[in-house]
Amino acid sequence: MKKTVVISALAAALTCAGAVGPAGADPVDEQLTIDGEAMITRAKAPEGHPFDEVLSGWLFRTVETRALETDSFTNPGMLEVETGEALWNKVEGTAGKSCASCHGDAAESMKGVAAHYPKWDPETKRPINIELQINKCREKNMGAEPYAFDKGGQKPLTAYIKHQSLGMPVSLDLSEGDMQSWWDKGKERYYLRTGQLNLSCASCHEVSMGKMIRADHLSQGQINGFPTYRLKQGHLISVHNRFRGCIRDTRASYPKAFSDELMALEVYVTWRGTGLSVETPAVRQ
Amino acid sequence: MKWARLFATMVAAAAFAGAAQDVSNAAEVAPVDVQFTDDGVTVSLTGMAGNPEEGANVFKNRKLGNCLACHANKAMSKELFHGNVGPELDGVADRYSVPELRAIVTDSKKGLNPDTVMPGFYSLNVGVHVAEQFQGKTILSAQQVEDVVAYLATLKE
Ligand code: HEC
Ligand code: HEC
Repeated sequence: MKKTVVISALAAALTCAGAVGPAGADPVDEQLTIDGEAMITRAKAPEGHPFDEVLSGWLFRTVETRALETDSFTNPGMLEVETGEALWNKVEGTAGKSCASCHGDAAESMKGVAAHYPKWDPETKRPINIELQINKCREKNMGAEPYAFDKGGQKPLTAYIKHQSLGMPVSLDLSEGDMQSWWDKGKERYYLRTGQLNLSCASCHEVSMGKMIRADHLSQGQINGFPTYRLKQGHLISVHNRFRGCIRDTRASYPKAFSDELMALEVYVTWRGTGLSVETPAVRQ
Repeated sequence: MKWARLFATMVAAAAFAGAAQDVSNAAEVAPVDVQFTDDGVTVSLTGMAGNPEEGANVFKNRKLGNCLACHANKAMSKELFHGNVGPELDGVADRYSVPELRAIVTDSKKGLNPDTVMPGFYSLNVGVHVAEQFQGKTILSAQQVEDVVAYLATLKE
């Protein structure tokens, strides 16, 4: 298993090395199937979207990276999804419960759930994502400590829950609570130019979408495959970690994970991927 | 105001003191004092000519100009990974004069187009929330800009 991954990563690196000069400017015209199931990687954009068509990040990756995602056995992220499954069934906290104690078989109870997150949380009066929902259950229902950002089982358990919606199209209900105003704030943040390099999310993922920035093929920056498995790091990468990394690359200070700013951005960026299949765990270079 | 400027210049100078040979150049123009005219920026930012070899290094070095991130350049075909966010720079000196090239590199928002994604390399007109270690600093020093401009001037077809 490990060996295949290393070889594929090497192959990917070699393919890139050949590509001196502006190469591979367009997303590929191919169909993604995972274990034989067709995924929606191109969808008609919702009204008010800057693009006509929303595109999965899968279409922008190399042949080798794309291939890894087509089969659960070659997708190295699936090992962490299995870790997530064990956590789902693990009793923790003072109430002596696991996730399964309340929700039973995730394949049934969690199917389709993550395709509609972030959702409005009337109790905290802000949007809630899967990571925060897990923490809420841990504290309230299990009497367990919440996971710190990206720590403990947060990434594998999030990936396991999102994986139960594999293939289902992303759609948000912006009419719940104040979701619309969080969408507005997220949109503002998306177009905000930050840092010494003076770039917004849109500078790279809208204006320059499809172009090469050094060795990287710029995608639409979609989050339908998160947490994604990155070959370079060799583990899962969460949405807020990716956001923070992109902001840091503009030479700006970056907001805390799950801060109002990043939650608003998650609401808005999720909407920008409306209609794409959930691909968790997607594979990236 | 004056103090703020002076301070910014001092910070910027201090940051590059290790890299540039002679930053204590009295003729150096502070970022906020650069004059953009219809012909571009006509005066050298340091009062001295740039060095094209140094400029080539600034151009490709990821920690300096990292121009190759966005621009392909056949003269550097040995370097891996040329981007295409911006136009190819082959023959760029046939299209622009030296003062125009200096304006583009100093502050592309003034030298090219106010909405461009190209960063201003000697400008304090930056985005919000600049990380602490970059506050009040320009991406390149005045001399590094002159060096890059001297290098760009060699790109003729
Ligand atoms: C300097 C350019 C740049 C800026 C600015 C930038 N990104 Fe990115 N981003 C990249 C690159 C390069 C990648 C990796 C290639 C890709 O997927 O586009 C990436 C990847 C991503 C991904 C992962 C996509 C996937 O399919 O795995 C997301 C999500 C993302 N960016 C969101 C954002 C958001 C939100 C912002 C603004 C807060 C932002 N980016 C700003 C360059 C940038
Ligand atoms: C983040 C991307 C980016 C980086 C980094 C960048 N540029 Fe640019 N550059 C552009 C874009 C985009 C344009 C096209 C102008 C526009 O946006 O209207 C451009 C235009 C230019 C032009 C005018 C070319 C023409 O044919 O019109 C020159 C000269 C230039 N850049 C030089 C440089 C140099 C030198 C550096 C490094 C010190 C650099 N650029 C770094 C994005 C970039």
